[in-house]
Amino acid sequence: MEQSTEQLTFDFFTEKPHIVATSSTDEINLELGAFAGPLDLLLFLIKQEQANIFDIPIARIANEYLKYIRLMKSLDIALAGDLLVMAATLIEIKSKMLLPREISDETEEGIEDPRRELVDRLLEYERFKSAAQMLYTRSTIEQAVFPRGQIETDENNTEVNVSVFDLLNVFQKIIARQTEEIQIEIQREEMSLSEMIKNLKRRILQTKQLNLLEFFREMQSKTELVLAFIAVLEIVRTESVKLLQDKTFGVIILSKV
Amino acid sequence: MKNKFRIYHSESLCGEKFMDSEIEEKKARSIAELVSIIEALIFVADEPLSIKILADVLEEEKEIIQSAIEELSKEYEERDGGLQLREIAGGWQISTRTKFHAEIRAFLKTRPSAKLSLAALETLAVIAYKQPATVPEILEIRGVQSASAIKTLLDKRLIVARGRKETVGRPMQYGTSKDFLIQFGLKDLSELPSIEDFEDLVH
Repeated sequence: MEQSTEQLTFDFFTEKPHIVATSSTDEINLELGAFAGPLDLLLFLIKQEQANIFDIPIARIANEYLKYIRLMKSLDIALAGDLLVMAATLIEIKSKMLLPREISDETEEGIEDPRRELVDRLLEYERFKSAAQMLYTRSTIEQAVFPRGQIETDENNTEVNVSVFDLLNVFQKIIARQTEEIQIEIQREEMSLSEMIKNLKRRILQTKQLNLLEFFREMQSKTELVLAFIAVLEIVRTESVKLLQDKTFGVIILSKV
Repeated sequence: MKNKFRIYHSESLCGEKFMDSEIEEKKARSIAELVSIIEALIFVADEPLSIKILADVLEEEKEIIQSAIEELSKEYEERDGGLQLREIAGGWQISTRTKFHAEIRAFLKTRPSAKLSLAALETLAVIAYKQPATVPEILEIRGVQSASAIKTLLDKRLIVARGRKETVGRPMQYGTSKDFLIQFGLKDLSELPSIEDFEDLVH
């Protein structure tokens, strides 16, 4: 598969983060050096601070983590949501650690370390990171092994034995299909919900009051009717309009407040 | 040939006798002959050839095929030539030895295919060990949305969809494919080192 059309590289400490734009998708992936996500970044920071993973100095690590995020912001990089979630988690743990813990008569194990869940996740992630490393090694070795080349069989032989008449025959079929296709009339896509809402808003602004029954009658298809109904619900919720009804089963009027 | 000759001459063409001579013909294969036939079949097969398929095609007992393959495998090892016979993805395959990769690439004028990204490899690792794994389960372990990595793996046919999980949101489940075993040189999934072992490796 061909990808990576452009690569912008810049330095971050010793790591080299870079933006990889893939041609196949609209997405732009930001690869921060060797970081594959918040857990990876956290592991890196813990190693950099030479901290013990089972006793993370959460304040220090959280600071480093936020520093990193601020740096990314200053570089005007849109942060991935996942990174922010982790930042919030770190701050939450940090604040929990600051709170005095209730000293009960129960055993020490009864008191949950606020870092516990994060440590478990980090350890599990680290295992899979090593597994990924193992897969990488295996695939590298495997790329040095070649099975025999392909043998020509009916299945993979794309060459066909046809005469000029066969080709002509197929060509005529294609032509026939072509004219058929032209005859297909494409109906205009029905109104979208936002169009419908816009439409309804304009009507209300113009008339101040709108008989809903009449409004619904204008609709030409079931889909439009459904859209109109949703538009009414939406507009009552978001705009300063109200629904009026004099008596049960009476006419419903949409009115500007 | 001798056997066929006998069928021709056995006057009576009744089924029983015919079967008899066919069995006789089958039995006539010596183990050395079987080793050669199996080698030829493995050579022409596009995919690793399983013992079951060999047994079906050759109408032999699996145990006999197994011992013939072991014999063949021994021959390859002893010869230590440019080819190797190895067990991969639940079958047997003849391939070149790793040490000649540079010369082979020079001849084929190919380069190693694009490596998977770190994200794709991590996602693949999670799927390989947790299969069938869902997107939320992968997110839980990796801490990152892995949608594009999953797409890459599906495109490369390393993973396959395995139906939906009957839970909230009915997320799609993924598992590794046969291509995964082939590309990573695995006999089967049990050949993957246990995930718990990686802990000792790290700490």
